[in-house]
Amino acid sequence: MNATWSRFNITSIVLGFAFLYLPIVLLIVFSFNESKLVTVWGGFSTKWYVSLFHNQGLMDATWVTARVGLISATVATVLGTLAALTLTRYTRFKGRVLFSGMVFAPLVMPEVITGLSLLLLFVAVGLDRGFLTVTLAHITLTMCFVAVVVQSRLMTFDRSLEEAAMDLGATPVKTFFQITLPVIMPAIVSGWMLAFTLSLDDLVIASFTSGPGATTLPMKIYSQVRLGVTPEINAACTILIAVVAIGVIIASLANKRREVQRQLDEQAAQRG
Amino acid sequence: MKSLGSIRRDFAPWNDPNAKPYIQFDNVTKKFGDFTAVNNLSLTIFEREFFALLGASGCGKSTLLRMLAGFEEPTAGRILLDGQDLRGIPPYRRPVNMMFQSYALFPHMTVENNIAFGLKQDGMPKPEIASRVAEMLKLVKLEQFAKRKPHQLSGGQRQRVALARSVAKRPKVLLLDEPLGALDKKLREETQFELMDLQQNLGLTFVVVTHDQEEAMTMADRIAIIDKGEVMQVATPAEVYEAPGSRFVAGFVGNVNMFEGKIARGEAGSASIDAGNGITIRTDNAGTAGAGTAVTFAIRPEKIKVSSKKPAEAVNAIEGEVYDIAYLGDMTVYHVRLDDGQVVRASTMNAARITEDPLSWNDRAWVSFRPDAGVVLTR
Repeated sequence: MNATWSRFNITSIVLGFAFLYLPIVLLIVFSFNESKLVTVWGGFSTKWYVSLFHNQGLMDATWVTARVGLISATVATVLGTLAALTLTRYTRFKGRVLFSGMVFAPLVMPEVITGLSLLLLFVAVGLDRGFLTVTLAHITLTMCFVAVVVQSRLMTFDRSLEEAAMDLGATPVKTFFQITLPVIMPAIVSGWMLAFTLSLDDLVIASFTSGPGATTLPMKIYSQVRLGVTPEINAACTILIAVVAIGVIIASLANKRREVQRQLDEQAAQRG
Repeated sequence: MKSLGSIRRDFAPWNDPNAKPYIQFDNVTKKFGDFTAVNNLSLTIFEREFFALLGASGCGKSTLLRMLAGFEEPTAGRILLDGQDLRGIPPYRRPVNMMFQSYALFPHMTVENNIAFGLKQDGMPKPEIASRVAEMLKLVKLEQFAKRKPHQLSGGQRQRVALARSVAKRPKVLLLDEPLGALDKKLREETQFELMDLQQNLGLTFVVVTHDQEEAMTMADRIAIIDKGEVMQVATPAEVYEAPGSRFVAGFVGNVNMFEGKIARGEAGSASIDAGNGITIRTDNAGTAGAGTAVTFAIRPEKIKVSSKKPAEAVNAIEGEVYDIAYLGDMTVYHVRLDDGQVVRASTMNAARITEDPLSWNDRAWVSFRPDAGVVLTR
């Protein structure tokens, strides 16, 4: 491999990283700012983190977001997995093309349109806007992402595993729960995590479908920023970044360890 | 105790008119849309038989196996197992187990859990499961690998786990789909004999699907040669090789030389065949083919002798020119181009270590064979 550090390479890497991470670094740095003025450095302090936990509005919004995320991601994962199973297993039912098109349409639908149409629906059926409607809207939004992830796993699933289980006396239901589900579980978990993340940072659809008492964290942050950025918001965002970063790091470390272990195992097996 | 060889020699229920068939394919047809995978096929397999379905890929042999296992239902006809019609019985209620070509080991389970899976489905008590699993692990010599996962095993070990799992339930019939296809040549040869021993020791009926004729010849009591969803011939390995029933079978199993011709003169089995260009072949194996019948004379390369001079005593001797010589160590294969352009393949065992080979490229040579060496085919 040719890995020379030419001036061009260094410049492009520095520029690339700066472009991606400079805003985030600034945000983190200023969350530790003593001064109330966001752009003026007044010395190091963690007081905004303390005051953050005394800000009832932000804490409530965080709680709402967590609940919406957990519930909608879970329901979306169940529905998305079922859709993926249908699309890969029953390839010849009537209206399959229409169904797959409809499942994947929200993937490319502008969020504004999804949000607006959901709002119209909720108004039409007389559903009061609030926690329930945001959750329903997020299920609609995230289900197709789960379906895509699980479907791509099912495409490479070796059907003879299921046949072997049935051949050994397992009924189709037992086969599904004892063989199919455990084997595709990693894909289902990543689908769930994707759905949870999408729900966590959605602003547009939540703004359309949420009501009083069900303000999500992104909505809260956005509305506060319109009144001027406070270091408190910086602190909230820093915590959010830390949570996401830790999650990603743990997931990739676990993945890497599994991979290394698998390679060692395979080498051991080759040696006999 | 009788040796394996003598048991196998005495085992021939297919010649016994009173023997009860164990598995019966009764005019079975299977269509996938417009494609006919199996066409009005009938077959009989006996208890404790090692039966091979041999054919090229796409000939319908795997479909036969899958219908027996219950993954496919016949479009027409019926399949009987021990007198019971299998139609409508789902795979999980059939007393047959299958070893899959891909092995289909459950990746999230250890070796012992893979083997125990079928036993658990039957609700067998735990201590019994444990002892059966231990017995199976011993049988395939994998005791120290019980706690490993499939990806921690080599190809040969995986094959043995798959085998142990499929015989753990003591099925009436074991179906094997290309059981040795993924192993390298040396391991394959060893495993062939292990499979034969296992089949004898457990007293099971084996139905194996393979495209490898050597594998089928080595292991099977009888072979069914399948082509385009139809049975071409069912016979013992020796019969298939020495007395093929058709041009297809003769050409499919082993190497063969074929001469097209017409029966010129014949009485009581022996005949002269006019193969054109002045070649006349005398044979004892003409069967009932009468004078004037168009036939194919087929003869295996090892039954043809090559010499530089015309052998004095030979009934059949044809002159040609040595066109190619392939030295394979244990034997040498000569390609002799006859004067009419046809190339004859003849193989000679190299019984002596050093032979002074009088034949070289482009030498004139004679190919000769006995009148009982070849077969006459009308199909």
